Amino acid sequence: MNTDFISPEEGNRKFLTKLEDMDINAKACFQCGRCSSGCPVSDFFDLSVMEVVRLASYGAEDRLLNSSTIWLCAACETCASRCPNDIEIAALMDVLRELALRKGIKPAEERIPVFHQCFLDSIKHWGRAYEIGMIGAYKIKSRDFMGDMKLGLNMFMKGKLSMLPHSIKGKSEVQKIFSGKGKEYER
Amino acid sequence: MRLSYYPGCSLQGTALDYDQSVREICSKLDIELVDIPDWNCCGASSAHMTNHEVGMRLPMRNLLLNQQNDLDILVPCAACYQRLKASDKALRENPDFWDLESYDPDFKILHISSFLAGPDILSRISEKVTKSLQGMAIACYYGCLSLRHPKITDAQDYEMPTTLETIISEIGATPVKWSHRTECCSGSLTMARPDIARKLVGDISDAAKRGGATAFVTDCPMCQANVESRQLDNNPEGSLPVFFATELIAAALSGKYPQKQQKVHLVSPNILTDIFKETAREETA
Repeated sequence: MNTDFISPEEGNRKFLTKLEDMDINAKACFQCGRCSSGCPVSDFFDLSVMEVVRLASYGAEDRLLNSSTIWLCAACETCASRCPNDIEIAALMDVLRELALRKGIKPAEERIPVFHQCFLDSIKHWGRAYEIGMIGAYKIKSRDFMGDMKLGLNMFMKGKLSMLPHSIKGKSEVQKIFSGKGKEYER
Repeated sequence: MRLSYYPGCSLQGTALDYDQSVREICSKLDIELVDIPDWNCCGASSAHMTNHEVGMRLPMRNLLLNQQNDLDILVPCAACYQRLKASDKALRENPDFWDLESYDPDFKILHISSFLAGPDILSRISEKVTKSLQGMAIACYYGCLSLRHPKITDAQDYEMPTTLETIISEIGATPVKWSHRTECCSGSLTMARPDIARKLVGDISDAAKRGGATAFVTDCPMCQANVESRQLDNNPEGSLPVFFATELIAAALSGKYPQKQQKVHLVSPNILTDIFKETAREETA
């Protein structure tokens, strides 16, 4: 059991303000545990969902951003849809992942953000997801060369993976979306 | 009836056959589909999980493009549906934040199963069924994103949905009662953490078998690919095929289950093929 003492006064004010801006009211949690008990991935987490919510209400940003939980959460929304206090727990996980990436924190699960990045690079480049290109980039960047080789070949043989990307005309509009001129984090 | 259509990227790749079955049944049911011109990827889980603003603005471009069509949008993919709905709600609530003077279109975003389970379309389906899928015991599997969060999806009965059961009953199949209809299969983690996907899919397929199912039906392209492929990792002999609801409807309407369609499954779809073999035998007898 982790016995580190966490004081609310030590909380990161900026982080708590960010949660308020996003309408994520972690302080409403009374630790009923519905979120944790319904989570399908919780067996693999280092922090349980209810621990994440409580730590968020304390503003304990470091513990959260360094956890594996934020990366292993599958964004299935079971927790949030069952929370009796209507806390947007899945949106909280989104905020935590985005903050961790923006702060350059080494992710506790390295391959998962690499996958997301490869997927998004593919959209940025073509306007639509290009599965073979994305899988290739993921394999190189994650160094996971052998995983799912058989499955990939099988899917390819069944015509489930298109050789050519589907490029759109409005690529420049999509690239602008990615250009980092977002308003949410800069304000 | 005319609808805008947003197929999404999966339906141009791993779930190409899903797209074909949607178009085929819509044409048979007198529903004209007009693709949103030059649509882009909705960003799926990867965008909203790592960059909220990109996750909102990608689907937004499609919504703005749909103002040209000005028709309700039919969306077959659960993830695309959830992302388009999230973006639509954010825009309606505060267009100014997203740099628009106003945003209040009349079109609605329709998820395929809720649409097909409506009384008008159901009666069109039952009028045109040529081959009942009697005897098929099916586990209806919804997964996550067409249901949750209900604030976004507007799904009714998000813990106990019935749209897939309603649809497959209309074509003669029998939905089984089982426990994991709305559990996550961890599709977004399946490449990076296949071990987690194997565990979740294992739980789901065990539950379906306990319920007496011989196949799954779903409306989510990620669930279809993930549940078929990870079952094969767990137990190749005991795997159940995962059909798209529109694939079963197409077969029931046309009276055929073409070989080309059988071949796209990673798990043998014999349970369905056999039903059509019997018809062929009856006809020759």
